[in-house]
Amino acid sequence: MNRALIVNVLRFIVLVFLQVFLLKNISIYNLSIPYPYILIILLLPFETNNFILFLLSFAVGLTIDAFYDSPGLHAAACVLLAFVRIIFINLTVHKDGFDNEPEPSLSLMGIRWFFTYVLVLTFAHHFFLFTLESFSFSRLPYTLGRLFFSWIFTVFLILLSGLLFFRSKDRK
Amino acid sequence: MRNLLVFFSKYNAFFLFLVFEILSIVIYINYNSFQKASFINSSNEITGNLYSRINNFYSYLSLQEVNDSLATENARLRNKLKSSFYVDTIAKHKVNDTVFKQQYEYIVARVVNNSINKVNNYITINKGAKYGIAKGMGVICNSGIVGKVVNVSEDFSIIQSLLHKDSQFSAMLADNKEIGYVEWGEDFDPQQAVLKEVSNNALPKLGEAVITSGFSLFPSGIPIGKISNLHTKTGGYALNMEVTLSVDFGKLQYVNVVINKKAKQQMELEAQQKKNE
Repeated sequence: MNRALIVNVLRFIVLVFLQVFLLKNISIYNLSIPYPYILIILLLPFETNNFILFLLSFAVGLTIDAFYDSPGLHAAACVLLAFVRIIFINLTVHKDGFDNEPEPSLSLMGIRWFFTYVLVLTFAHHFFLFTLESFSFSRLPYTLGRLFFSWIFTVFLILLSGLLFFRSKDRK
Repeated sequence: MRNLLVFFSKYNAFFLFLVFEILSIVIYINYNSFQKASFINSSNEITGNLYSRINNFYSYLSLQEVNDSLATENARLRNKLKSSFYVDTIAKHKVNDTVFKQQYEYIVARVVNNSINKVNNYITINKGAKYGIAKGMGVICNSGIVGKVVNVSEDFSIIQSLLHKDSQFSAMLADNKEIGYVEWGEDFDPQQAVLKEVSNNALPKLGEAVITSGFSLFPSGIPIGKISNLHTKTGGYALNMEVTLSVDFGKLQYVNVVINKKAKQQMELEAQQKKNE
């Protein structure tokens, strides 16, 4: 329990710093903007209580918003992300058969499941984020372009981090 | 009643989702329409201080460029000195100037947070109400106009940059003084803006300078950019043209906040006129 808490707090701090001070300044042709901070929510343990999960997502979103000057925008996207996460995990994972506090990580779940998981959840988050940000249909092609390229970039970064922290002993 | 509780607990994820989602969207909408939620943005103490620290570090990386721009600015100012002009008049008469009182004052401030890749871009600077900055003041830098102040705290201010959906500034063509207004272009390019509503009589040329008109927050004659494209997307009674901005928003380091000393007087007079009608 304690170990999981410490790991998650550390992950929160590192990812927020990375997002706000490094990745905020990176955008490829103003189209592709990565948001890998959602990894904080993606990697919370399977058995996290629904209420805690939503509360944490909301808090993560607001923290990012404080630095991006867009109160509510990332919070809304993160709450949606938490909801999709609950549905996705309910549909695809049998809860029993794990020992202590497993996380939905690449090393535990394998590449096929993890890739689908990241793909679906990142899309939900980005779709909501970009539509809410532009808030109109008049720039639809541009918004969709931003969505698509940012989606690819974020998924790429998340998979990369999954491989970076890959521990083969987790795999059963 | 029991059934209701069972129902809620069975689908608790969905109801929690609704509660939090509505909360976030309410915050978002409120902020969007009033710019009021000043407690969750980068002018508050924690994020503002963090940003200015990180920025202290960043500013070392671009010392070279800042030095260059200061040197050019110095050279430009030196060119304006009396001593650098050749005096060819016979008698010169110096009067203690009571006709021209200083109307504009400038406060220099450092940029501590900046963005150019969003639909609505804001800039945070490290001077606030303590130094006399207030909502609605214009902001310029050495190379041109930057935006206007929309939110002020004790030590920080937030500027709505020209790269914002709602930004519009009065502008004119440098040569024939035809008036229009500039706003950010449709394609979100941080180098491009559009000059709109110029009367059909104007004969704009490619490369002609676009400057401020003096009707809005800025003194007249501050550069905005150069005309880069005359071909217009929407025609009609007025001309629209594309302008390449002279300010590189991605590299902003220092800006000047313009304090118009006569603004209050002018606004009161105009408000009174409106009431009289």
